Amino acid sequence: MTAPAEDESSVTSARAAPENAPFAAQIGRTIRRNPSLFGMPALLAASLALTVAIHPEFSDFDLQSLAMGAMPLAFAAAAQTAVVISGGIDLSIGSAMAVANVLAASTMEGRSFGESLVLAVLVLIAGAAIGALNGLIVVLSRVPDVVATLTSGFIWGGVALLILEKPGGGAPPEFLDLGAGTFITTWLPNALILLVIAVAAIWIPLRRSKLGLQIYAIGSDRVAAFRSGVNVERTRFASYIFSGLFSAIGGLGLTMTTGIGAPLAGVYYTLSGLAAVVVGGVSLAGGRGGMAGPVIAAFVLTLIPTDLIFLNIDPNFGQVIQGTLIVVIVMIGGFVAMARARK
Amino acid sequence: MTESAKTSSSRVAPGMTAGGVASFLRSQTIFVLILLLVAFVLGIEIARPGTVNRTWLTNMVLFAAPLGIMAGGQTLVMLTGGIDLSVASVATAAAYLMATHSVLGGVTAVVWGMGVGLSVGLINGVGIALLRVQPLVMTLGTGLMTEGMLVVYSQKMMAEGPHVPPFIEALGSGKYLGVIPNDLVLWAPVTIAIIFVLRRTGYGRLLYAIGDNQEACHLSGIRVWRVLLVNYIVCGLLAAAAGLVIVGAVDAADLSLADVYLLPSVAAVIIGGTSIFGGRGGYSGTIVGALILTVLNSILTLLDAPEPIRQILYGAIILLLASAYTRLTD
Amino acid sequence: MSEPSLLLDARNVGKRFGSVVALRAAALQVRPGEVHGLMGSNGAGKSTLVKIITGVFPADSGEIAVKGSVRSFRSPAEARGAGIVSVYQDPALVPDLTVAQNMRLAGARIDAVRKWLAELGVESLDFSALVRDLPYPTLRLIDLARALASEPAVLLLDEITASLPADLSERIYAIVRHWRNRGNAVIFISHRMAEVSDLCDRATVLRDGVTVGVTERAHGSEERIVSLMLGADTAAAVASASSTPVARQTARDAEPALEVRGLRRAPLLNDVSFKLYPGEVLGVAALEGQGQEELFDCIAGSRRYDSGAIFAHGEELTLRHPADAIRAGVVLVPANRLLALMQQRSIRENIALPAFGGMGSWGLIGMRAERQRVESAVARLQIDTRAASELRRLSGGNQQKVVIARWLANGFNTLLCFDPTRGIDIGTKRQIYALVRELAAAGSAVLLFTSELPEIQLACDRAIVLFGGRVVAEMPVSEADEATLLRAAHGLPQMRAAS
Repeated sequence: MTAPAEDESSVTSARAAPENAPFAAQIGRTIRRNPSLFGMPALLAASLALTVAIHPEFSDFDLQSLAMGAMPLAFAAAAQTAVVISGGIDLSIGSAMAVANVLAASTMEGRSFGESLVLAVLVLIAGAAIGALNGLIVVLSRVPDVVATLTSGFIWGGVALLILEKPGGGAPPEFLDLGAGTFITTWLPNALILLVIAVAAIWIPLRRSKLGLQIYAIGSDRVAAFRSGVNVERTRFASYIFSGLFSAIGGLGLTMTTGIGAPLAGVYYTLSGLAAVVVGGVSLAGGRGGMAGPVIAAFVLTLIPTDLIFLNIDPNFGQVIQGTLIVVIVMIGGFVAMARARK
Repeated sequence: MTESAKTSSSRVAPGMTAGGVASFLRSQTIFVLILLLVAFVLGIEIARPGTVNRTWLTNMVLFAAPLGIMAGGQTLVMLTGGIDLSVASVATAAAYLMATHSVLGGVTAVVWGMGVGLSVGLINGVGIALLRVQPLVMTLGTGLMTEGMLVVYSQKMMAEGPHVPPFIEALGSGKYLGVIPNDLVLWAPVTIAIIFVLRRTGYGRLLYAIGDNQEACHLSGIRVWRVLLVNYIVCGLLAAAAGLVIVGAVDAADLSLADVYLLPSVAAVIIGGTSIFGGRGGYSGTIVGALILTVLNSILTLLDAPEPIRQILYGAIILLLASAYTRLTD
Repeated sequence: MSEPSLLLDARNVGKRFGSVVALRAAALQVRPGEVHGLMGSNGAGKSTLVKIITGVFPADSGEIAVKGSVRSFRSPAEARGAGIVSVYQDPALVPDLTVAQNMRLAGARIDAVRKWLAELGVESLDFSALVRDLPYPTLRLIDLARALASEPAVLLLDEITASLPADLSERIYAIVRHWRNRGNAVIFISHRMAEVSDLCDRATVLRDGVTVGVTERAHGSEERIVSLMLGADTAAAVASASSTPVARQTARDAEPALEVRGLRRAPLLNDVSFKLYPGEVLGVAALEGQGQEELFDCIAGSRRYDSGAIFAHGEELTLRHPADAIRAGVVLVPANRLLALMQQRSIRENIALPAFGGMGSWGLIGMRAERQRVESAVARLQIDTRAASELRRLSGGNQQKVVIARWLANGFNTLLCFDPTRGIDIGTKRQIYALVRELAAAGSAVLLFTSELPEIQLACDRAIVLFGGRVVAEMPVSEADEATLLRAAHGLPQMRAAS
């Protein structure tokens, strides 16, 4: 089909926006592109407000309990986010956390602070190794990652039981203090500082790097990424290493906040970490989102049993509410997506 | 060179090449699975002579039945490209509810138990079929929800403890004439029904079709949501039924009764040849898969190794089987 | 003997997948400073050869030499390093990243890409825009610009102008010639014969995994290419089949099989009205993006519209789901057959699918009746059923036939064909058009949209033209030559013939 020369298609006249768009327009675009960046903090603020309303004597001690309770979940959420953004899923995070937890608690018992720090580094390396093994399994076995990580989680659970059959172990009090104490002020728990520093130190450089770009790329469109020269398998492998690393930090966090190692501790964190990712606005399809949403969502989810305790309601309802919350949120999300697509 | 288009048949290479063997296996995977099962059984007999006797064999079927029933629902769901991670919680809750209502009579108790499967399946169906939520996330949520509700409920029920009625006990652990496991009474009709539905009915065809390409179904005038809604309800009912059998075998309604069944229910389906993406597979493979896993469990128990090692080996072997299967059929 | 001046010299290339031989003895020799077409029917092995050359997977046998040295690529990156870059129909751009990030991902220099975009007529592009927010034709151009920025010795373009507006296609032709004139080579793959004969200096034709000939640009080379692609006997048969339009008188006082009145769907459709009579093939002509796809989807019940009415045999339809249209005998063959087909299921299941629309069909399947229906449809369409067990083994042309067979087996009054021959080889194209004429002759009504205007006269009795969301012209097929259709498609008023 040939057209007369004067016909100018809309293609070339569109998108002539110069790079230096006005500041307001750039802000507007950032908000539109990252809705969870503004929605999640708002939700957290609302939840905190609710909590304080229920329990006006909300003290710095309560804040510490909240931070200590949410911190491991936040790391589980971070671990899951790293994999979900690459388009995969990791159902073994809880078990990896448990392995890190019992590894730390069993080796650190009765040691000095210095030794415990060295051991902590070794645990981190072990976590990355677990992640690497997960990655190898997912990539080499060709089994879909849901099944592969469900199974590998089972295996890591066995490993955790092997290391420590029953809850026990310990760590030097200075080490525990890193997560359970307050160095700067009682209103700024260490758990919070540790969380922010650890996530930022790992995620921000990663996100800026080419590997980070590759992780987002394969999550967004695997074929296009492949054709653009990305080594898809290597990138998937890498995302699982980061998952293992975050899980290990989470496991160390568990040691700090509980003081012991518990081989079955992880069971809760796999599913709840995934819940935090969903609630935090990261699409399970991959390619989009960041750490902020899921990490904040971890706090929101932890506030639920807290609020229940303040309301003198049976905290066991906590799990019911968390599960129901996930169900309701995803159903609303699905409904909204459908309504929009109906146009 | 004047070759007509028809001679492209000569481009299909004849003979037993590696490719040829692989494609034969692809289409007759059930034989491979049965061979594998037989290999495991022989392995046990060789390692511990005298283990494989009539009692052991009937026990294998007895223990495989609840897994087979649960994996049946999982098969139906995975054929459509979905997954149901709430089956374990549903099974446990169904068993518990049945047990706490057993004072009202056997039938009523069973109705209460199956009611759990119906309700959770319905919620799953509404979310997944109507609101297009991803099955993984939806069933994860409902599983958590069910588990939590069960904990709360069990604390309310502290006064009147759960009690397993005798006929359930017989169902779960008894054997007719000492040979035929009673739960086969449930498993056999379930097997026949599922295989028949999958091969010979429109509903079965639709499961495969939806799993392969939902959009194609939509364009051909099919209301996909109806099929999916019914499917998740059926899966919930089968999970509940499985729970009733399990509690019969264990004879104590525990709050984590069926937790250990979640992974095997998915694994049996995968090993049995159904793709997690949907569109191909079937139940006969799942049955053999369930038997393989049950025998595997027995092997590991006989090994007398500590529990953690058994867990690790179980997971590793499942991975190997699933991996071998996926590579063979890709 | 390999000419040292050849940029690419592929000889005797073989490749098999399992027991299926995709390539047997394919050869491709590309000189510097030429545009070289690669032709072949679907299933001839073209895409396999392309994938081997571009490094997606290695060949089983044969030799590939780039600039005289024998190479075997293990990845597209390696091929790119050797100077072979390909651009496919789907832009290799990640939707959730910005243009700049995509360039960084692929290691492309942004200033070079910008320069090439300017050559392609895209003066200023916001590189921080998300790829998913940009229009599709722009993405194609970015993809092409990126490929050019890497200065490839051999640029491979696979259906690059498919679904692009004409002015963009012209720019691409200009760039192709420019790149060739700089001493490089361009391998050009297209199903549009006119394009190929216009652009290519030489063309290699593949059939059944073997290179059957190389043609030079000359008078009559088009027919030679077609006969090489089809094989001499089939080509003769196809050529002798009547390709002149059979304009028939349809009784105009008969009730229309389909009537669309005032159909409106923002933003593309404003007020579409037309009538389609039983026994006729009504062609729809339109430029890109005039709402033709939306129109077809609305009639078929898979998209909602804002206002207007659709009547089937006089009865107004409420369309909320494709099932409503199907029940009224209105069925759709969509452009993208991947949407309509189940790749892992058998031909039979694909054809029988619509029978399961209602809950009443959930029960026992009548196997024998189904088999008869399916077999008669297969026979009528001459579908090659050797790979009956899995649909994905069929060629594109045969797959398209399966879509049509589905409706043959299920029964219909009105067939909506949206670009049914897109990406199909010539032999199958003609078969499909012959079938469409047959169906009309047997009493069905056919609404046919094709993006290739010359084909309107091949298959249709009447033609309407869509522009600005309205039907702006209607004419019998004798008047529907390419020029007239084009004028109307651009919104220009029709010229009444002088005589």
